[in-house]
Amino acid sequence: MRTRFLTELLEAAKQNPDLVLITGDLGFGVIEPFVEAVPTQFINAGVAEQNMTGLAAGIALSGGKVFTYSIANFPTLRCLEQIRNDVVYHGADVVVVAVGGGLAYGALGMSHHATEDLAIMRAIPGLAVAAPGDPVETSAVLADLLESGGPAYLRLGKAGERTVHTAPLAVRRGEAVQLRAGRDACLVSTGAMLPVADDAAVLLEEQGLSVSLLSFPWISPLDETALLDAAAEHELVVTIEEHTISGGLGGAAAEVMAETRGAAPLLRVGLPHRFSSVVGDQEYLRSLYGLTAEAITTRTIKALEENRGLARQVY
Amino acid sequence: MARRIRAHVLRMTSSGKSSHVGSGLSVADILAVLYGEVLRLDPNDPNLQDRDRFIMSKGHAGASVYAALAERGFFARERLAEHYQNGSIFSGHVSHVDVPGVELSTGSLGHGLPVGAGMAWRAHAAGATWRSFVLLSDGECDEGSTWEAVLFAAHHRLSNLVAIVDYNQLQSLDTTQATLALEPFADKWRAFGWDVVEVDGHDHRSLAEAADVPALSEGLPRCVIAHTVKGKGVSFMENAVLWHYRSPSSDELARALAEVQG
Repeated sequence: MRTRFLTELLEAAKQNPDLVLITGDLGFGVIEPFVEAVPTQFINAGVAEQNMTGLAAGIALSGGKVFTYSIANFPTLRCLEQIRNDVVYHGADVVVVAVGGGLAYGALGMSHHATEDLAIMRAIPGLAVAAPGDPVETSAVLADLLESGGPAYLRLGKAGERTVHTAPLAVRRGEAVQLRAGRDACLVSTGAMLPVADDAAVLLEEQGLSVSLLSFPWISPLDETALLDAAAEHELVVTIEEHTISGGLGGAAAEVMAETRGAAPLLRVGLPHRFSSVVGDQEYLRSLYGLTAEAITTRTIKALEENRGLARQVY
Repeated sequence: MARRIRAHVLRMTSSGKSSHVGSGLSVADILAVLYGEVLRLDPNDPNLQDRDRFIMSKGHAGASVYAALAERGFFARERLAEHYQNGSIFSGHVSHVDVPGVELSTGSLGHGLPVGAGMAWRAHAAGATWRSFVLLSDGECDEGSTWEAVLFAAHHRLSNLVAIVDYNQLQSLDTTQATLALEPFADKWRAFGWDVVEVDGHDHRSLAEAADVPALSEGLPRCVIAHTVKGKGVSFMENAVLWHYRSPSSDELARALAEVQG
């Protein structure tokens, strides 16, 4: 995702001299082609995220189109008020980009676990929030951000994620993408959990269930229609995110579905609402917290059984 | 214009029962010089591409900015009576929404200089002829984000950026020196690579000369340390922490107006 983003951002920068990339002293080994190709459109703000974000607002309010770039929580939480007051309140064309959403930097420790970002950014009115699920969705989201602009937050994984979509996508801002259609349960994924959700759908179908899969590359605006349709047409909706279960996609789905009569029950798969002092690589931490295809499959089947009651065993 | 700004600020903070009258009086001369002489603006075209940008980073002195904008003709003076009222868009801290002439909404300290530096960087990059001015309080030089921008502006030699510090040496609870010592203040800015000029912040000629930098030069960013008196112009408000928060009663307003209108 990171590679796709930077490659396509550079192509856009070559076409648009107003496009500026500001990094908070991060991107070693990946950002160099941008710097070499369009040096006058690049700023390394140093380890100073508040200033980076204020600068971005100032440049954008003077006609620029700005992307700020850092990893994990640094471009978001460290400078949250600059995002809220300077960027979003002024409608500045700034896209805040965080690489390493979720547990991508799992071994680096709690400081580098970006696990509340979606909830916090989603709470800011007027800030679009995107978390694409694979490189194809990254392209689709970036195309929209380049065309329609910020204020926006873009949460990316790292590099080397599996590509789930088999063909290029066109997705409007705030639109969910359907990958599978079924009847029993609807899996709803955001961000880099998409390959895991896709694997879980395969496992569930192997168990004889009919499963839908929706990807939400946009958390805000939220595709409420897609969620409510899912809640009307399935016995269970399962949200899947590498994020605390509080306030992210699961939280957003709960808000929408709780106000809808007859909506299907909701199962939120995510991280528990506590910090992880335990470290490890992304795969290890995902399995520790049940963010694997196998764990999602087990919980989905259990929830369906509970919903149906003893009279109707799933299998 | 400074006298009129002071009178507006007194009326606005009195009728709105709002705080920060002392801050507004402290910056009245600076704003009068900027809006009266230095800033290249067109009240009939607030979004003019090549206008100078001015950011009131000490947003709590919002009443004085609204007063200066009204005096410069951005909107009718009568609208100043809306300040701080229920349903008003003229908030206690500066807000840009539907208020022509306001470049940046502020109120949380330490935001103005980074944004002003971004505007200056953009003008530099585009070879544009406009300049970026930021008025800071001394108290907000406690904020780390201010110093991040100080580093940045010097590194990029943003000579079209002017930071004016309203150095009245009083912040919310006490003096700046007793709170979080800033001295040696000018030396700090110089050590960070700025061109520092210290002036009497109530002397219009010195202020104008210090602030009116050329748009395109090879120089350094300019810091104008404006030595001011909080509550300036009203004898019983001068140098008193009390008037950071207190608003004048009708009797106090009458006495204060008599002094500033002299």
